[in-house]
Amino acid sequence: MLSCKQASQIISQSLDRPLAMRERFALNLHLFICKYCKRFSQHMQCLRVAIKQMTNSIENDNTIEMPLEAKKRIANLAEANRTQPKT
Amino acid sequence: MKTNNTHDWLNQHGDYLYRFALARLRDPHLAEDVVQETFLAAIKSPNFAEQSAPRTWLTGILKHKIIDVMRKNVREVVVSDLMSDEDANMDEFFDEKGHWADKPQKWDMPEDALEQKQFLGVLQTCMEKLPTKLAQLFLMRDVHETDNEEICKELNISATNAWVMLYRARMGLRKCLEINWLGA
Repeated sequence: MLSCKQASQIISQSLDRPLAMRERFALNLHLFICKYCKRFSQHMQCLRVAIKQMTNSIENDNTIEMPLEAKKRIANLAEANRTQPKT
Repeated sequence: MKTNNTHDWLNQHGDYLYRFALARLRDPHLAEDVVQETFLAAIKSPNFAEQSAPRTWLTGILKHKIIDVMRKNVREVVVSDLMSDEDANMDEFFDEKGHWADKPQKWDMPEDALEQKQFLGVLQTCMEKLPTKLAQLFLMRDVHETDNEEICKELNISATNAWVMLYRARMGLRKCLEINWLGA
């Protein structure tokens, strides 16, 4: 019988690799009787979705702009790279 | 002509590229750096003038630069503190018999837009509490959807190591969310 610690490890790994048959069997058995690990498993799914949403929301947030200084620096560097002949 | 292009591109795509990098690296300075490297690499490229879809092209370069940074950062953590205490840090989550120390609670998922925004805000804060490098590995896997095998190859770590690190990141995030979202 898996402990909750072992079950949670397998649940996490199921997001990263295919589980072996016996792992899947042992995990399902554990999830059948343990509502906490079942919740944990749902939380992991939820986390994965939320992380993507968060990334998208940063990516699409038009109020976030690159600092002006950085833009100037990049423009200057680009200029310098253009004018200096390749060595 | 090349410089004009750079200026135009910087104006048109600079902010987008910056946000793209920021979303993945979670560090404004690193984000600036990778965008800078991306533009410098772009103007040196022989394909520079012919790009019909510069944003896609630049984003492609940027992705590689981001992975380079992550590779460098995550490698450090692997060497420095991962190998020594694979199991030790999990003590805060489980008792000696392997039972949950704090039992996972039922989550009421955010339903409206405002709640969702708050939830993402909490998640953001929790991400910031994770060690940066762990957060980056986690993002590399769950946002970039980088293949696990590829992560291991890129970072030169074993698959087991990657699983342990991802497990830790997820455990830490889950607990932080539970405390700060439900506790709110």
